[in-house]
Amino acid sequence: MTTTSNALENYLKSSPVSVKIENLNKSFEDNHVLKGIDLEIRTGETLVILGKSGSGKTVLLRHIVGLERPDSGRIIMNGEPIDPDNVHSKHRIAIVFQSSALFNSLNVEDNVALYLREHRIMSDKIEIGRIVSNALNVVGLEGVEKKFPSELSGGMKRRVATARAIVMNPDIILFDEPTSGLDPVMTKTIGDLIINLKEKVRVTQIVVTHDIELAFYIADRIAVLSSGKIIQVGKPKDIYNSMDPTVKNFISPKFQINVEE
Amino acid sequence: MRKIRNFFDSVGGLINLLLKTLYWCRAAYWNLDKIYLQIVEIGNHTLPVALLIAASTGAVLSLQSGPLLAQFGIEENLGGLVGISMIKELGPVMASILVAGRVGSAMTAEIGSMSVYDEIDALKTMNINPVRFLVMPRFLATIISLPLLVIYMDIVGWIGGSIVAKVNPDINLSYDVFFRNLSDYVTFEAVLNGMIKSFVFGILISIVCCYIGLKTKGGPREIGSSVTKAVVISFVLILIFDYYVTRFLLLVNLD
Repeated sequence: MTTTSNALENYLKSSPVSVKIENLNKSFEDNHVLKGIDLEIRTGETLVILGKSGSGKTVLLRHIVGLERPDSGRIIMNGEPIDPDNVHSKHRIAIVFQSSALFNSLNVEDNVALYLREHRIMSDKIEIGRIVSNALNVVGLEGVEKKFPSELSGGMKRRVATARAIVMNPDIILFDEPTSGLDPVMTKTIGDLIINLKEKVRVTQIVVTHDIELAFYIADRIAVLSSGKIIQVGKPKDIYNSMDPTVKNFISPKFQINVEE
Repeated sequence: MRKIRNFFDSVGGLINLLLKTLYWCRAAYWNLDKIYLQIVEIGNHTLPVALLIAASTGAVLSLQSGPLLAQFGIEENLGGLVGISMIKELGPVMASILVAGRVGSAMTAEIGSMSVYDEIDALKTMNINPVRFLVMPRFLATIISLPLLVIYMDIVGWIGGSIVAKVNPDINLSYDVFFRNLSDYVTFEAVLNGMIKSFVFGILISIVCCYIGLKTKGGPREIGSSVTKAVVISFVLILIFDYYVTRFLLLVNLD
């Protein structure tokens, strides 16, 4: 009999993947969104793709998860090019959407358990309940199993969506603007969650954000995307000391706090 | 030119969705709970209104035809007239219009909202086929429920017609005569005729409404537009197909 504390641990058998993006191009009519993206994400690392709104971050993420087909270029996972129409046959790629994308007609428990039930990975309701409960504990939520998404705050929804991603037993988790619309305290909570996940779930993570503080807090490496091109990739320290004017301009403080009368 | 291309795109898309849905019907056994839930939804949405519509239609049919038949002394044929009208034409068409308006619109709104708020994308990333998860249960529930709803409306319509035939002094037909005449005319072929029509309409409603829901992009405003579009297209297709299905049934001597 599996105990409550290790049900999830026993279930998870993630094998983190490396991802290589080669000369990826994508246009929507006349709008050339991704312009020859080359990027490598190493096994088990947390790579943050940093860029301002409209720079193509989400489109890039949607290519990795197979929701968009590139016009040219390819994505390689663990050395093998992936088929954009059949990405999920070889790798489990989970994504936490900016909108959380929880199913409004299902409660939290059913949302998190959906993958297990639909793929008939297990049929024992008690075991599913334990895994769901464990996954919710990992993201710092308790006692919300019977609540519906409409009863949750933005931060809670994001965490439930993360729990749903964990239960997929993913090889890689993608986060699309995980802190947009959240207050600074919740932003820190989500940041801690992403850091903890890497240890607890042992998974490769790609985080897309325009939140500079979050990027420097969670990243092993940062890739700066501007106007559909990767302009610099490096460790947070390298990005912080970058001499590239676009990078410097983007990460420099935008507000000067003045509290004097 | 663009409109013509869009039209053919949509026709192709509808056929494609129908074929995919038929393919995924093989997973029906594993999705019985979802199909059952949809059948209950359809019942909840339609049964009370169907009762009112069918009773009123049957009653009006009697009220208008009965005195006329009585003038010629052939009022005993009223049962057959009401029976055949309801089972072959009014039952299937009214039930389908009702289901398209009440259930089809809800299907489009729900699936459209899921499209707009990334839920369909979430299903795809979880390797859950949206056609299997969303369309197939609604498709099977509609093609199972609609013929049953037609039978229900037919019976209610007959009862409504028979009550008017009995209580209206200009007709004054006993229940016995009304239903004996009705049973002479309402043959197995006539029942089958109504069932085939409702089956075809069920396919149309579910596929059109789910397709338009899946194609919804944008925001809440687009969900509203999609619902209107789905209902209008369903109505038009029901009426067009009604004619061609009737012609086909005549051709195979089922009318």
